[in-house]
Amino acid sequence: MTQLNTYRGGPNERGHFGIYGGRFVAETLMPLILDVEKAYAAAKDDPEFIKDFRYHMTYYVGRPSALYYAKRLSEELGGAKIYFKREELNHTGAHKINNCIGQILLARRMGKTRIIAETGAGQHGVATATVCALFNLPCTIYMGEVDIERQKPNVFRMRLLGAEVKPVTSGSRTLKDAMNEALRDWVSNVSDTYYLIGTAAGPHPYPMMVRDFQAIIGEETRAQMLEAEGRLPDSLVACIGGGSNAIGLFYPFLDEPSVALIGVEAAGLGLETATKHAASMAGGAPGVLHGNRTYLLQDADGQILEGHSISAGLDYPGVGPEHAWLHDLGRVRYESATDDEALDAFKLCARTEGILPALEPSHALAYIIRAAGALPKDHLMVLGLSGRGDKDIFTVADALGTRI
Amino acid sequence: MSTEGRIPRRFAALKAEGRAALVTFLTAGDPDAATSLALLRGLPAAGADLIEIGMPFTDPMADGPAIQAASLRALAAGMSLAGTLELVRGFRAGDDATPVILMGYYNPIYRYGVARFLTDAKAAGVDGLIVVDLPPEEDEELCLPALAAGISFIRLATPTTDDARLPAVLRHTSGFVYYVSITGITGTGAASDQAISEAVTRLRRHTDLPVAVGFGITSPERAAAVAKVADAAVVGSAIVSRLAKGLNAEGKATAGLIEDVHHFVRALAAGVRGARG
Repeated sequence: MTQLNTYRGGPNERGHFGIYGGRFVAETLMPLILDVEKAYAAAKDDPEFIKDFRYHMTYYVGRPSALYYAKRLSEELGGAKIYFKREELNHTGAHKINNCIGQILLARRMGKTRIIAETGAGQHGVATATVCALFNLPCTIYMGEVDIERQKPNVFRMRLLGAEVKPVTSGSRTLKDAMNEALRDWVSNVSDTYYLIGTAAGPHPYPMMVRDFQAIIGEETRAQMLEAEGRLPDSLVACIGGGSNAIGLFYPFLDEPSVALIGVEAAGLGLETATKHAASMAGGAPGVLHGNRTYLLQDADGQILEGHSISAGLDYPGVGPEHAWLHDLGRVRYESATDDEALDAFKLCARTEGILPALEPSHALAYIIRAAGALPKDHLMVLGLSGRGDKDIFTVADALGTRI
Repeated sequence: MSTEGRIPRRFAALKAEGRAALVTFLTAGDPDAATSLALLRGLPAAGADLIEIGMPFTDPMADGPAIQAASLRALAAGMSLAGTLELVRGFRAGDDATPVILMGYYNPIYRYGVARFLTDAKAAGVDGLIVVDLPPEEDEELCLPALAAGISFIRLATPTTDDARLPAVLRHTSGFVYYVSITGITGTGAASDQAISEAVTRLRRHTDLPVAVGFGITSPERAAAVAKVADAAVVGSAIVSRLAKGLNAEGKATAGLIEDVHHFVRALAAGVRGARG
């Protein structure tokens, strides 16, 4: 592991986390990206902006989210004392809303009058449609045709909230193509439109900005754990798609050497399959896509491959650039869990805790099931429970061969 | 202006002729390698003055449906960056004068390895690069190494590039400047003659390089209108769409495809050549 004085120093002024990150966008977008950077730099130090963000976190999102001791699960696994950071209790049912509140407040400050976003599973689309309804801004959500078919309830929710959901028929018709299409929209509507990116990826300043808005997860966890146990946790475990919930949980702990940080990627049908997983760090290589350099699933010619995961929120072929950097430095350990392991974790959590976790954090829980038993009983382990599983019941039923 | 290299030589010669250049775009390997090479070989005779060759990429974020589809066709037929350089070598075997510019996205080049790519591209006869997702903020990635290797790096300027930013965009640009006449993706919309004329005048205040104008040029008439005011008219999506009309239901080239594309390029060239007459 590379020792740094601080792991919280990224990115530099050019948006680089080591060799990762950056601003790899078309010239048409570059002046806009610079505008967003300038506006965010001013907003994040403005007490009014911070107050507004905190107000909405408390009264609209319902924060702080609970840090809950999962007693029965801990006993079942027979080792570590497991806590859940319950982001699934937020309004709209996942951590995505934290970032959406932050960015919509920024878009309003910038005088933008139209919002666009991409979505895979639909969670970010629902959160974006929600804040657009709240602030009365028109919004267009790009969603791959394949994902629209897989996530019908979320499509209906977005439409109920007043969003226009545009099916993306180009490329492989999933999340990466939705992101391409959103970028094409932005290039074509630069003057009035704000692109509300859903994860800690994309051109600088998005990875930093999304991390900062999500860092509330880790800040609360720290205070709540100190209150509950009188000390810091020993390990934090979170799932990684683009990685916004994980970086939000990890960031306030990066400079605490006693806290182990574990990110869990989706191994789909297994890492040994070339194209049936979505673990870009375990099975990919550095490359440039969607405005940043990061680990990508790609072939020898630099063509982007489709990720696969049972969880639509994890099957993006890349990962946020800060994770790529923390991976190379060795500060965060990245593990993976398969579709089957995630399903088993989903079922165990439902049975022992009465909580249906989303399939995304079920991957993190799958790692905990593998690891917790061997750990001492005083090992404090926190699961980033990033979303609730109601949206996934059709997928789970399918996988279990049940018709509902 | 230096007259070293095929791009400056070509623009100097056209300036002496008193006319603008026609720059044509085709995606490498679309719809297959053999057809693609035949298309490229016939372009100079059909009236193309400079040739842009698209490097296929799975995720062409700045391109509209026509060029997206061309990229996917080429990839499905097995085209790669190495295959693209092979096509350039094939073209160069029969033409040592027409400038060849590769256009595309950074990831395939990054994956190939920048140093290796520049060596192989130079050896194949590539004169310039247009890489859409490398703004001046990322110049040390490819732009500066390319210039050091003797390959031009042609920058895109857009309607959102204001006077304050333009010097940064032009700083390491060489060969010519490519003005993207609309805020949008390829193959959609078109700017007015007046907007184009004003933009070219603005760019000329900042640079002595030739100014090429592209995006939204779909016909010989539009090419002629642009050629009146700019140093070059770039036509991409319209040619690619013409090619697509010559494909059968399986996406394979039909008998008349090559001749039909060249026929369209001849019409565009006639427009450009007659523009200032």
